[in-house]
Amino acid sequence: MSTLSTAISHLLHRPSSPTDIFAPVSTPAKSIFDLSLFVLGITGGIFVIVAALLAYSAIRFRKRKSDNGGEPAQVYGSLQVELAWTLTPVLISVVLFLATARVIFQTQHPTPPPGAIEVTVIGHQFWWEYRYPGLKVVTANELHVPVSDPAHPTPTFLNLYSADTDHSWWVPRLAGKTDLIPNHPNSMWIDPHETGLYLGQCAQYCGTQHAKMLLRVYVQSPEDFASWVQEQRQTAQTAPSDGTASEGRKIFESVACINCHTVAGTPANGRFGPDLTHLMSRETIASGVALNTRENLRRWIENPNTLKPGCLMPSMGLNNQQLDAVTAYLVSLR
Amino acid sequence: MSIISVNLPRTQPAIPIVDKLHQWVITVDHKRLGLMYIFYALSFLVFGGIEATIMRIQLIRPHNDFVSPQVFNQMFTMHGTTMIFFAAMPLVFGFANYLVPLMIGARDMAFPRLNAFSFWLTALGGILLYFSVIGGYGLYGAGNAPDVGWFAYAPLTARTFSPGHSTDFWTLSLLVSGFGSIGTAINIIATVLCMRCPGMTLGRMPLLVWLNLTMAGLVILAVSPLTAAQIMLLVDRYLGGHFFDTQAGGSAVVWMHFFWVFGHPEVYVLVIPAFAFVSEIIPVFSRKAIFGYPVMVAATVAIGFISVSVWAHHMFTVGMTSFGNTFFVLSTMAIAVPTGIKIFNWLATMWGGKIHFRAPMLFCLAFLFQFLTAGLTGIMLSSAPFNWQLSNSYFVVAHFHYVIVGAILFALFGAFYYWFPKASGRMYSERLAKLHFWLFIIGFHLTFDFMHVPGILGMPRRIYTYEPGRGWDAWNLIVTIGVLFQAAGILAFVGNLLWSYFQGKTAGSDPWDAWTLEWSTHSPPPEYNFETVPVVKSRRPLWDIKHPEDPDWKYE
Repeated sequence: MSTLSTAISHLLHRPSSPTDIFAPVSTPAKSIFDLSLFVLGITGGIFVIVAALLAYSAIRFRKRKSDNGGEPAQVYGSLQVELAWTLTPVLISVVLFLATARVIFQTQHPTPPPGAIEVTVIGHQFWWEYRYPGLKVVTANELHVPVSDPAHPTPTFLNLYSADTDHSWWVPRLAGKTDLIPNHPNSMWIDPHETGLYLGQCAQYCGTQHAKMLLRVYVQSPEDFASWVQEQRQTAQTAPSDGTASEGRKIFESVACINCHTVAGTPANGRFGPDLTHLMSRETIASGVALNTRENLRRWIENPNTLKPGCLMPSMGLNNQQLDAVTAYLVSLR
Repeated sequence: MSIISVNLPRTQPAIPIVDKLHQWVITVDHKRLGLMYIFYALSFLVFGGIEATIMRIQLIRPHNDFVSPQVFNQMFTMHGTTMIFFAAMPLVFGFANYLVPLMIGARDMAFPRLNAFSFWLTALGGILLYFSVIGGYGLYGAGNAPDVGWFAYAPLTARTFSPGHSTDFWTLSLLVSGFGSIGTAINIIATVLCMRCPGMTLGRMPLLVWLNLTMAGLVILAVSPLTAAQIMLLVDRYLGGHFFDTQAGGSAVVWMHFFWVFGHPEVYVLVIPAFAFVSEIIPVFSRKAIFGYPVMVAATVAIGFISVSVWAHHMFTVGMTSFGNTFFVLSTMAIAVPTGIKIFNWLATMWGGKIHFRAPMLFCLAFLFQFLTAGLTGIMLSSAPFNWQLSNSYFVVAHFHYVIVGAILFALFGAFYYWFPKASGRMYSERLAKLHFWLFIIGFHLTFDFMHVPGILGMPRRIYTYEPGRGWDAWNLIVTIGVLFQAAGILAFVGNLLWSYFQGKTAGSDPWDAWTLEWSTHSPPPEYNFETVPVVKSRRPLWDIKHPEDPDWKYE
């Protein structure tokens, strides 16, 4: 009738959801999945037995039309029966506890193997900052990681920090969630076995635009990942050839944009907003809210609140000509 | 049957309406205060329901723009705060106030004035919370009501992230009503320990009284840390304290601990009284004594104790050590044992009985199935790794609504119908009550069964909108449709109460042929409750009177 049956039927014909916790592609998500099947099996069994007993006694002992009106035999209790239904749940709890403890100790805080990649994840209202200290790469909102071959694992270890309020990093097919809490560094790891794009979103209420703090993880082959890293390590073009774009750069550097954004190799070195050095290498803007097209970018710069009401980036009050110029400059950041 | 044969004058001289209201305002009578708690809570139940409906309309399809993100965030904050602190708790306290003195044969609570004081503090708390709508603004500058979520995690409540006064209204309303709750808890404990009628030893108290005693103990343990945390938050916001101010080195995690040290026992503060109603209603409608009374008492007290050691199962994702996580898995799973014992004892009480399917029993039967399901999803959530996926998803939202609506609210509806004849002197309409039952159970299952699924498909809670293509759309539509049925059920319920109060048949003092002391006095009971102080010899004093040939005290 209820939860369990929906959960089980859901398991049988899996709907196509990119964020299904029962479609794991990474070891932490897989070991949680295996444990959850075990827990579902036991709790499902208990549900069937107890619900059947309840239904049976409600039907079997209903007051019948032929009832003589007398009271039934009064039974006050039985120690043996009480003991039986105390010890059985104790045993079941112990089994569930042991199975759970095993997965906890397996999953939390393993030692990184030699090929592991480290990424510092910093949660901001309402976007994600990713820094690869070993690779000297800084990016935002779209995390790139190499696929991890179980024979030669190259897992990614995420060190989680927050710049403001609490957030939570949750890509269901890769791992369970871990919170990003100010003054409380956390860590987690993923080792995706298949390339592709994996989605998720912030799972701890962090303020007005919590709903649009989306997560995108691009799992790439080792070669693709290496060339992505290569691209990201270059500094931006310092002298855009296009006239409008260089006009845009002047505006960008003379209004408040550079207080919050960094464009490597230019005076723009703000840390409050996403790094824009390789903006056009990203598929989306505003933390996954819109595709990274020239039109969306222009709308976003004109007034970020139209795409993401309540986000912290202000509208700079630029006129149409300035907007075109700044957009042209940003589009040149590849 | 009526045991007391003194006829009271039923017609009194007409009193002007103003004086009547004045009498309600200055009353220290436990029954009037109990009813005021209940009316107050029912009106907040409607407010909270409206807020939930607004959220469900917004989530009916992806990228809906029925309300702005700010308004949506205020709705879930107000809905959670309202339902827990100003609907569920006052309902529970109202029933405790009304029933505990009657069931132990007392004239009133131990401290009638403290009782009135506690009620008015709680009332002031609710009014303060809603005053925020005109008195303070929130995160985004344009809003009014608090928008930090009902557990108000630091540092979102710091002045940096929550300027204006909306968070202050939230804090102050919980601070004020928290003192009211503690006052009521002290009162219940003192009443149960000191005011029992002759012969009513602790071992002969009705289970409802035992369970409310445990509940009151938990209120003191749970609400005190919450109150302390609210004061700390106020110090942070106005006196430059840094308890939770992470920008100055404070700790967000400490707030979580304070909140959940309150928050988890709070679940039991609400569900133990629900157990209490079920433990009174199932025996009467099965025509059998409760099975395993001493075990039921022991299981309740055990739940009370264990429930203060499980709070961090709300915090499996905040990065505790593996040992910390394992401890809270163990303590949480341990609580399943006494809870299971209770379900089996209710089952055994029905076994071999003659079950009358009247409205109170129907709600209790639904309670049993739904509480069983809620307990089992609770076990899934207690398995920390599974929790890393499910925490803060719609699966959790579905789980705790299964507890709060499926178990607690259903038991409360059962209690309403069961004691309505006692409190009003009139019988409710059985037909409307059954309509209410079926509408509500359909709505409940449409909404909360299907709400588990988007959680499994990765939908986090507290999002004002969601992306298409995640496989969440159809489930959210069904969930919203269920709200219609629930609202219709509530209409039938309120209609039934109103109609029956004015038009219902006279109920008599003991319409259910029941066994506890409240049924030995008039309906509604006079201000002094009992004309003579009752003397009891067993747990079912009225059974003894009705069956002098085979009284309970021979077996206990």
